[in-house]
Amino acid sequence: MLRCEKLQLRYDDFSLAAELGFAAGRITALIGPSGAGKSTFLAAIAGFLVPAKGRVIWAAQDISALSPAERPISILFQDNNLFPHLTITQNVGLGLRSGLRLTADQRAQVAAVLDSVGLAGMGARKPAALSGGQQSRAALARVLLADRPLVLLDEPFAALGPRLKDEMLDLVQQRLADQGRTVIMVTHDPADAKRIADAVAVVADGTVAAPVATRALFENPPPALARYLGK
Amino acid sequence: MAHRAITISPRWPGVLAGTLVLVLTLGTLAAVALRAEFATGLGVADWAAIRFTLTQAFLSALISVVLAIPVARALARRRFRGRQALITLLGAPFLLPVIVAIVGLIAVFGRNGILNNGLVWAGLEPVSIYGFHGVILAHVFFNLPLAVRFILQGWLAIPAERFRLAASLNAPIGKILEIPMLRAVVPSTFLVIFLICLTSFAVALTLGGGPKSTTVELAIYQALRFDFDLGRAAMLACIQFGLCAVAAVIAWQVTGTDAMGAGFDRTVARWDMRRPVLDYLVITLAALFLVIPLGMVVLRGLPGLSQLPSSVWAAALRSICVAVGSAMLCCTMAVSLGLWGGRVVAVIGVLPLAASGLVVGTGAFLIVYPFTSPSDVALLVTLLVNATLALPFVLRAIAPAIAAVQADFGPLGASVGLTGWGWLRIVVLPRIRRPLGFGAGLCAALSMGDLGVITLFAGQSEETLPLAMYRLMGAYRMEAAAGAAVVLLGLSLLIFWICDYWGRRC
Repeated sequence: MLRCEKLQLRYDDFSLAAELGFAAGRITALIGPSGAGKSTFLAAIAGFLVPAKGRVIWAAQDISALSPAERPISILFQDNNLFPHLTITQNVGLGLRSGLRLTADQRAQVAAVLDSVGLAGMGARKPAALSGGQQSRAALARVLLADRPLVLLDEPFAALGPRLKDEMLDLVQQRLADQGRTVIMVTHDPADAKRIADAVAVVADGTVAAPVATRALFENPPPALARYLGK
Repeated sequence: MAHRAITISPRWPGVLAGTLVLVLTLGTLAAVALRAEFATGLGVADWAAIRFTLTQAFLSALISVVLAIPVARALARRRFRGRQALITLLGAPFLLPVIVAIVGLIAVFGRNGILNNGLVWAGLEPVSIYGFHGVILAHVFFNLPLAVRFILQGWLAIPAERFRLAASLNAPIGKILEIPMLRAVVPSTFLVIFLICLTSFAVALTLGGGPKSTTVELAIYQALRFDFDLGRAAMLACIQFGLCAVAAVIAWQVTGTDAMGAGFDRTVARWDMRRPVLDYLVITLAALFLVIPLGMVVLRGLPGLSQLPSSVWAAALRSICVAVGSAMLCCTMAVSLGLWGGRVVAVIGVLPLAASGLVVGTGAFLIVYPFTSPSDVALLVTLLVNATLALPFVLRAIAPAIAAVQADFGPLGASVGLTGWGWLRIVVLPRIRRPLGFGAGLCAALSMGDLGVITLFAGQSEETLPLAMYRLMGAYRMEAAAGAAVVLLGLSLLIFWICDYWGRRC
């Protein structure tokens, strides 16, 4: 379970308060209008942003003071999830260790995980030689290999077409959530949340609301969500 | 999105590099200030040097800018074969060793040059390249191309839509588009060139001299090297620093954009294209003004290659070592400062612009003189000073690239745990390879051709190639000097090309 205790984020005249928990092994979607602070909230959990107040707790341990790499977290950003000058194998290998030299055993691991996301034999290519969907798969492969219990997705599939995006979301569900990882994903599309999220937390009006089961939430949306959905 | 600055690169290399720059600029300045003897006041010769320095810098900048405007306009609106090559050539004088260009200019405008041979043949009086107008001629040769590049960039920065709009309204393009652009670009161009000419030493050393055409820099050299009057040299160095600091501050406030960038490969589509003949005439004249002296260097130098004394080859080897060392140091400093980032670095990065080789050299001389013979550390000091003086240019090429890498890939690097050396080696260096190669080449070429601080320090056995060449000229061994010029020209261009090519590869 990931808990945010009295978390306060401030940035210029923007502020966001969060007091909630995310169920372990589940997919929780963060939804809300743009500029509400979904990405900022995710950045704070990942350790890129120092909160003004409050703590982030994972499995009864305060992780607020840890650097991004020390946290039990993998994150995928909207873009720049792969280093363009490194091969796919090197990029994915960074999930195992912070260097480029891999042992034969580690190479085999990389090849296996590439195979499992449908990128068999593409390890020697650079990201530019892959399609957008394949790049997303490579980034996901690194997350799989890093094997961290908590995965944050900051709309990494937003640039993909609808079919590819759905494919990637299904992959997230099968390969991450079904394997017991906790996933928190930012989205602005209710369909994404309905497709794979177990629960949804609405980010609006300076607060992150506690997650509510997806179907229940959309059947009876709170005012902030209703406004966002245009109902 | 609100990210905190991710500190995945340590600060100490930047602090170290910054300290070195501070020691070499402000430290040497302090050494100079402590030793300066103002009690005797400024003599007639000193006032003459100050007056000459300011006058020649003003006129050089003025002439360069005025001549550059029609050339830039012609290049902005005409497309022809070789246009790109000509624009590349306009970048060459920045890399060109000053003393090489002077050999070329003497071959054209000197006593036995093309021009005077023509004048004598026509029954006219020959002109002399030495003195006031020689200094200005050389400065215009170096800075006209720079001015053209600056102003051309201004022209090409006017959006094509504006020209289209002006054409559809039948509005006067000059009045509503070009004059406002020139008003923004010309003052900064003028000031940059003014600053460059203010610190010019090698031109005055070779073409100037005498009471009527001595710059402050040259006066420092003479006080130190001929009179060994350390107090007076230090006082002059203080004056020179004051002049440069004022000019640099004004120039830095007026200049905004970076003229190193690309974007020269388009012409502006226009609808007021009468008089193409005039444009092509201007372009041809400018190209000849650049190409003929360079051609003469090669033409006169090739026969001299066989007469080169072996000391020239030894000097060439020394120059290569100094250039390579200086480029490595300069790039290390630039990367360290770039990784650190921020305002302090921006200030440290421009500080050397206000310093001149001779001022820093005088300070360094005063610092090492009590401890060791200056000639023992001549090459080391030259290396350090060259690296520092090239730093602003290299930093301007590298720092934005590093900032972009940090902004684009900092979060990814932090999330996969790349820090410190790993971050630098795996991500930063490969991604800034292109500007790094360019910067290294720039610094190496500048260092290779530098004839400044080395003149204060070197004895017979520490001379670099430019100094060896200058001494050959002083001994009237013009053929050997011309041969050395070809070697120096070739080495400067080669070392730049190797570094730049390394950056572009893959």
